[in-house]
Amino acid sequence: MTLRPDLAAIAAHVAPGSRVLDIGCGDGALMAELESASGCDARGMELDGALVERCVSRGLSVVQGDANLDLANYPDKAFDYAILSQTLQTATRPDLILDELLRVGRRAFVSFPNFAHWRTRAALMFGGRMPVTRALPVSWYETQNIHHVTVEDFRDLAAKKGARIERAWFFANEKQIGAPAANWRAEFAVFELSR
Amino acid sequence: MNAAPLSKVYPVPAPLPLDSGQVLEGCEIAYETYGTLAADKSNAVLVCHALTGDQYLASPHPITGKPGWWERMVGPQLPIDTDRHFVICANVIGSCMGSSGPASIAPDGAPYAMRFPVITIRDMVRGIVALLDGLGIERLHAVVGGSMGGMQALSLAANWPDRAARVLVIASTARHSAQNIAFHEVGRQAIMADPAWAEGDYYASDAKPDNGLAVARMAAHITYLSEAGLTEKFGRRLQDREAKGFGFDAEFQVESYLRYQGSGFTRRFDANSYLYITRAMDYYDIAEEHGGKLANAFAGTQARFCLVSFDTDWLYPTAESRHIVHALNAAGAKVSFVELSAPHGHDSFLLEHDQLDRVVKGFVE
Repeated sequence: MTLRPDLAAIAAHVAPGSRVLDIGCGDGALMAELESASGCDARGMELDGALVERCVSRGLSVVQGDANLDLANYPDKAFDYAILSQTLQTATRPDLILDELLRVGRRAFVSFPNFAHWRTRAALMFGGRMPVTRALPVSWYETQNIHHVTVEDFRDLAAKKGARIERAWFFANEKQIGAPAANWRAEFAVFELSR
Repeated sequence: MNAAPLSKVYPVPAPLPLDSGQVLEGCEIAYETYGTLAADKSNAVLVCHALTGDQYLASPHPITGKPGWWERMVGPQLPIDTDRHFVICANVIGSCMGSSGPASIAPDGAPYAMRFPVITIRDMVRGIVALLDGLGIERLHAVVGGSMGGMQALSLAANWPDRAARVLVIASTARHSAQNIAFHEVGRQAIMADPAWAEGDYYASDAKPDNGLAVARMAAHITYLSEAGLTEKFGRRLQDREAKGFGFDAEFQVESYLRYQGSGFTRRFDANSYLYITRAMDYYDIAEEHGGKLANAFAGTQARFCLVSFDTDWLYPTAESRHIVHALNAAGAKVSFVELSAPHGHDSFLLEHDQLDRVVKGFVE
C-alpha cells in the first residue's frame, strides 16, 4: 500500500524502534507502516469510531478519543514522536494542541493543507467564494477544517511557541517540491518540530 | 444447585487466601475448555463470565439446555477461534454451577449458606489463577471478559501482570459506582425480604427464596437494557389482552417479559450466590487496591489492552471505560479503545454485533 505523500515523508524520517503517537491516525496506514517497516511501537488516537474499529481489527493499538481533550492524560515525553497529520486545522485550539504535541513527544510532526496555495488564493480572489480545491475538497459548511492555516502562519505559531523547526517538506500534485516560495506553491506541508 | 455434571472440577490444593483475611479450605473450581492446548501452552485464552453467567461459554447449559452464553463469539472459525486457541471458562467462586459457593457443603457436612466467606472480584481471580497453575498455564495468550468478566480481566492484569499478554475488557468498569451499588442493594433486599430466604438457611427446605430472587433479577434486568430498546421491543403494548384490566396482573408486555426473566432465572441460580457475587462487585475498586490511583494498578505492565464500551450502556457507561483508558495511557500501556454503537444497552456485548466481532477477532488473534 502506498502512503499519502505527507505520511511517506513522516515515515521516512521517524527513527526505527521509536515510540510514536499518531493523533488522528485514520485507518492506521502510517502506524502499520511504522510498525512493520521501522519496528516502532506505534499508538494511535482517532475520533471516528468506525476508523478505530478498523485499526483495532488489524491489530493496531488505537484509542477512540478527541485530541482536544484526551492528550492531557499522557505523561510528559511519553513518546519519541507525536504526529498530527492533517488534523491541526480541525482542532478547536490548534495552538494548545501544538503545546500538547511538544509535551507528550520529544519531537513532533505536523502536516496540514496550506491555505495560501495559489489555487486557494485564486479561487478566493477570482471566485469570491470559499475555495473548494483538490487539497480542500469540501464546502465551507461541511468541512471539518475550522482553522485554516498557511505555511507562514504555521512558522509564526511555531516561533511563538518556542518550537524549533527541524525540517520541513512541501508537496504539490502529490510530489515533493522545494522550499522556495512554498507558501505559494505547496498544497500540503509537513513540519518536524522540537522544543 | 451445584448439579453441573458436565464440568471438570479442579480441587485447589492449598487453602485459598481471601481479601477479607479468611481462607477458603477445599476450594473447588468448575470449568469448561474448548479447543486444544498447544504443547508449549501458549495458546490459552481465558474468558471470564458475568454476574449470572457460568462456565458454559460455548456448550449447552445443563439445567436450561440453552446454548452457551457466548456461542456466537467462541468456536471454530469464530472471533475467539477454538481451532487456534484453547479457551477456558471457569465458574467463579461464590457462584452455584460447581465452584465453591454458599450452596457448597462446608467441612461440617451442612451447606455453607451465609457462613461462606464474603469474597471479592480479586478472590474470584485468585481461584482462577489457582486453576491456571493447575493446568500449567504460565501466561495466557489473552484474557477476555464483559461486565463482571471485564472486572476479573482487569483484576488479573493489575494483580498478576505477567499472567496475560492481552487483556480485552468489554462493557465494564474499574470500580462500582454509587448507582451500581444502589441497584445491587435493591436486589439483595428483595431476596432478604423473602420469608423463604430464612437468613440464607433454606437449602434443606422445600421453600426457596425464588420470589425475592426473581424480583432481584427483574430490577437488574432493567439495568442491562436501554430505554430505547425497551420502547422498541415492548412500547406500551398489552400482553394477551385488548384493554386495560384495572388490576395488577402482568398487563403490559414489558411486565410479562420481566416476570418471565425473573422466574426463569430462579431455576438456574442460587439466591445466596446472588448476594455474594453482587457484594463482591460492590467492593470492587481497582484503584483503591493500589493506593487510590488507577494508573498505579497498571504501572510497568507489558500486556496489551483493549477496551470496548457501548453508547447505550448506562450501567457501565463509556466514561468508565475512558477512565480506564486514561489510566492505562498514564501508565504507558499499549491500549486500544472503541465505543461501539448498539441499541441494546449493557446487554449489547452478548448480542449480535459485527463490529464487536471484528474488534475481538483483531485483538485476540
